[in-house]
Amino acid sequence: MGEKVLMKGNEAIAEAAIAAGCRHFFGYPITPQTEVAAYMSKRMPKVGGVYLQGESEVASINMVLGAGAAGVRAMTSTSSPGISLMSEGISYMAGSDVPALIVNVQRGGPGLGGIQPSQADYFQATRSTGHGDFHLLVFAPSTVQETVDMISDAFDLADKYRMPAMILSDGMLGQMMEPVVLPDPKPVEQDKPWAAKGHNNERPHNVINSLYIQPQELEDLVRKRFEKYRTIMQNEQRAEEYLTEDADIIVVAYGASSRVSRSAVDKARAEGIKAGMIRPISLWPFPVKAVSKAADTAKAFLTVEMSMGQMVDDVRLVVAGRKPVEFYGRTGGMIPTPKEVYEQIVRINGGVC
Amino acid sequence: MTLNILLAGFGGQGILFAGKVMAYAGMMEGKEISWLPSYGPEMRGGTANCSVCISDEKIGSPLVTNPDILIAMNLPSLEKFENDVVPGGTIIVDSSIIHKKVERDDVKTIYLDASSMAEENGLKGAANMVILGRMFAETSFCSYENLEKGLRKSVPARKADLVDSNLKAIGLGMKS
Amino acid sequence: MTEIKGGRPHALTDAPFHYCPGCTHGIVHRLVAEAIDELGVEGRTVGVASVGCSVFTYNYFNCDMVQAPHGRAPAVATGIKRARPEAVVFTYQGDGDLAAIGTAETVHAATRGENIVAIFIDTAIYGMTGGQMAPTTLPGQVTQTTPYGRDVKTAGNPIRVCEMLSTLDGVALAQRVTVDCVKNVKAAKKAIKKAFQYQMEGKGYCIVEVVSTCPTNWGMAPTDALQWLRDNMLPYYPLGVYKDVGEGSQ
Repeated sequence: MGEKVLMKGNEAIAEAAIAAGCRHFFGYPITPQTEVAAYMSKRMPKVGGVYLQGESEVASINMVLGAGAAGVRAMTSTSSPGISLMSEGISYMAGSDVPALIVNVQRGGPGLGGIQPSQADYFQATRSTGHGDFHLLVFAPSTVQETVDMISDAFDLADKYRMPAMILSDGMLGQMMEPVVLPDPKPVEQDKPWAAKGHNNERPHNVINSLYIQPQELEDLVRKRFEKYRTIMQNEQRAEEYLTEDADIIVVAYGASSRVSRSAVDKARAEGIKAGMIRPISLWPFPVKAVSKAADTAKAFLTVEMSMGQMVDDVRLVVAGRKPVEFYGRTGGMIPTPKEVYEQIVRINGGVC
Repeated sequence: MTLNILLAGFGGQGILFAGKVMAYAGMMEGKEISWLPSYGPEMRGGTANCSVCISDEKIGSPLVTNPDILIAMNLPSLEKFENDVVPGGTIIVDSSIIHKKVERDDVKTIYLDASSMAEENGLKGAANMVILGRMFAETSFCSYENLEKGLRKSVPARKADLVDSNLKAIGLGMKS
Repeated sequence: MTEIKGGRPHALTDAPFHYCPGCTHGIVHRLVAEAIDELGVEGRTVGVASVGCSVFTYNYFNCDMVQAPHGRAPAVATGIKRARPEAVVFTYQGDGDLAAIGTAETVHAATRGENIVAIFIDTAIYGMTGGQMAPTTLPGQVTQTTPYGRDVKTAGNPIRVCEMLSTLDGVALAQRVTVDCVKNVKAAKKAIKKAFQYQMEGKGYCIVEVVSTCPTNWGMAPTDALQWLRDNMLPYYPLGVYKDVGEGSQ
């Protein structure tokens, strides 16, 4: 392990990816993720890697597809409107089982929206990043150190399950500096016998493809992929449970809004209110187990997001009417304050206790 | 102990840098820290501000909305954030630039002729460090040794010759 | 006497082509495969299939293959080549893929001087979707979506791809060929092989545009289609070398 340094979230993303063995970065500038690309353009030539600025997000994600298909750890990073442009390529990658890492440093939407932090791309990340039946692995860090650790895991899991993984960050986590310890470097080459990198006259040709013109063949393949998704849903759920054991009110929040919510929960506890928090770390698979367990003991849930309410749907699906699930959100780049969230906790507490 | 600091001024006054030195010094002291800049159009020639949290506990929201300490280096920043400071908090004003007085009487206000002091001592542009020195003297949020370490960590290698002048400016602020 | 080689090139699989009678895709596939065989690079070649009639090329070439989204083959090929610089990478694209939906990817791969080969099949019509206007549809040409003939005032003008790309510094070879007769097939083969050689020498982006027939969507018998190509397409899209940096250049 290296020494503790102060790093911006976006720069930490880049350095962590290099430590994870990534040597191929393709991207297009967009605020608030641009530091990832700028950092990569500086570092990649020094570690024998490739930094290439594509002519668009559309081109960049397809470069990632090509490099991922050729068997290397490839990545791109963008912000919300960029993911919309990349959704075609992401669907093709999911449909041809190509692993890679996609980082979304979210900003306000829809449309050009704004450039301040947002969490309004939850649906896009977990429901439909592109056309067709598929999922991405989606992870949401809440600190710079967690971002660093998560990137290494995301590359490993993407390779293990042969599917794209996404880090769903936001402008706040991307721009802020916190102390980090960078992990030890991982090998650059992984064994990928399926990759299209030349058969060297030693095996039949590999084909990386998402076209299956016979409906039965396509259905069989998609079903097989969903069996894999079921395994992932069983094994890869991640969440932090904070003061949940005896909590009456459980806040569910991820990423930046979980930091605000943690402050609010602490204040509520100091005032004698039994508040706790579940912080989903994996957004897909959603941490069903943690939320379901809490639904047995808590009296009410409050989902806090920097959106008009997206993850709250997943919380409601899991809680399934057993307990009330309320929502508080700010959007458009506004960040909720701990005070606002605290007041919601007090309000709900008054109603159920 | 948690210290929430908001630094605000024009782009180019070294607002973000002063915040970074604080954050690094806090880290060297073994504290939890966070540093969050404003970003976007405002950093392109307009105002810049920066939230720094230094705490013994894990930091929740890194966005400082109610600072314990406000460092104001231009008038719009003082006007914008004066009322957000917690009662009993501190406002440090660069009075070389801001001629208006703080209206609140429930906060401690320090008027520091930082820009002039820096300039008179051949340290033009180091008003941010003068103010940092004063803020350090007020709070003792870390040891002087760690403050110096924090500065050295924050100055990029190619500008290492600036460490001494920055230390001198910090010293000016501490003695003010 | 011309020697007639028997059997399939090794770089082609045994899968029978799905192409319509009289379509020239089959000839061009064979020429690409022969070039790969002759250069002895099948083991390190990665082909990129595009979207359109040639989407199934991944079934026909024996080298490793990646199927790209519509128009994105140059970006996918860029990713492969940057990941595996020792690989020989080619795209196989039709006119819609290369010159309409994928124009940006084509132009930028070309101007970057990506070391890839683009085999460009220009039939002046969309084949897979059943005969709509292509970016290369001739003025006045009737297609399903230009039922009164292509009116350039409303539908715009065709793109001459080799001429356009020849202005870019990253392009090492831009050559237009056709496969309507033995002489031209031989010339096409030579151009394709040269493009692969240039890539192996690191010269930059190479494009070989093959003016081709689409008898089905043109609504003609194969031999009539070949004559229509000579009478209508070649005057608008003259054969020739539009850019060639030369054997010795780097």
